[in-house]
Amino acid sequence: MSKVHVTTTVNGEEKEFLAEPRQSLLEVLRDELHLTGTKEGCNDGNCGACSVVFDGTLVCACCVLGVEANGKRVETVEGMATREGLHPLQQAFLEETGMQCGICTPGFLMASNELLKSNPNPSEQEIRFWLANNLCRCTGYDKIVKSVQKAAAVMGGA
Amino acid sequence: MHSFEFSTPTSVSEAVAMLAEQGANARILAGGTDLLIGMRAGRLQPGLVVDAKGIPELLEYQLGSDGLRLGAAVTCRTLYDDPGVVEGYPALIEAVSIIGGIPTQGRATVGGNLCNAAPSGDTIPALIALGAVATLIGPDGPRQLPVEAICLAPGRTALAANELLLSIHIPAPVANSGACYQRFIPRNEMDIAVASVGSSVVLSADGGTFESARIALGSVGPTPIFAQAAGALLAGQPVSDASLQQAADAAEAAATPINDMRGTIEQRKQLINVLTRRTLREAVSRAQA
Repeated sequence: MSKVHVTTTVNGEEKEFLAEPRQSLLEVLRDELHLTGTKEGCNDGNCGACSVVFDGTLVCACCVLGVEANGKRVETVEGMATREGLHPLQQAFLEETGMQCGICTPGFLMASNELLKSNPNPSEQEIRFWLANNLCRCTGYDKIVKSVQKAAAVMGGA
Repeated sequence: MHSFEFSTPTSVSEAVAMLAEQGANARILAGGTDLLIGMRAGRLQPGLVVDAKGIPELLEYQLGSDGLRLGAAVTCRTLYDDPGVVEGYPALIEAVSIIGGIPTQGRATVGGNLCNAAPSGDTIPALIALGAVATLIGPDGPRQLPVEAICLAPGRTALAANELLLSIHIPAPVANSGACYQRFIPRNEMDIAVASVGSSVVLSADGGTFESARIALGSVGPTPIFAQAAGALLAGQPVSDASLQQAADAAEAAATPINDMRGTIEQRKQLINVLTRRTLREAVSRAQA
């Protein structure tokens, strides 16, 4: 099958790539654009390791085709930290040990960031409900919830 | 995943022309939360994937005095993020808020849930209870079918190979009406219904008598089931525990579940009985509010 030319914006930068229609956005991000922060877990929309923001909406990148990104905006974990330092969520995950092996962490960071944008001061239940599509097999989740709560406080919501 | 061609039509007529040429070799991509998973698993192998999201009217929805008209590619999240839809159509909101997690709800569409035709599709019993009508379009123009006539078997619909779903229309709630959708799952969330029920009722002005009711069942047959007789027997009856129980027994009789990894026949029939009573009770209290 012929490859499709795709122009998209990733973390504010315009990117071009050639993709086969069968490549997911996750594969394109990792294999064509070499943005390997977004992780592959289940590859069927259950685990949330590949959570990215696609045209303003939190999605699993494994459940989007790369060719669908044409003309769209994609935000990945690589866009969170700035030259000045880590994003408050990243800092809070470090301080509260919201990660162990780290595979799920980019997805949790992206999903948590989307939560705090729409709900700057979420309750514990709201955090757990929002993050239900992100699986972690190390932390038992409590440390992740605490990390999000801390980041919310630092970011001025609480 | 197998190789396929990808096209992004920008009008309905362009999409219809593609389907007319490709027929069953083509699949419509709306949210992709079922299609991409099915293709990755090898269950679906279309030669052409037609992205519905380049067609503006499939992405639009109108909330007006005649009801809610949903373009086929409107996402679950779009609906529950709209306070007007949340207020006017709580049974639909109950269904779209429990399909997968937040990232799935941001992509998954009501139209896709209907066309995927899973017996457990959460929006389908809610749509049937609400009296929703689907508009399909093919080379000969549009036609309308009530939602209960869309699903024919697991994964199979009444849509011809050269037709696509254009929109779903849910009539505006009439006075003294209410509706509710509930499912049973063994987890707290993010699971597939073991059994589910959507109910809608219209009551007399004093709220004491049923004028009409519609009840639909999920996960207890090869398709979602419109339990027409169960709803019809409520017409003219007083709102009481006895009348709710009669409807629940009739709904249970309409259920034809199987034993599988998610539940047994016995459990599912019992669940239909309980969920019918609960959804009717909630629909009644919404109608009386």
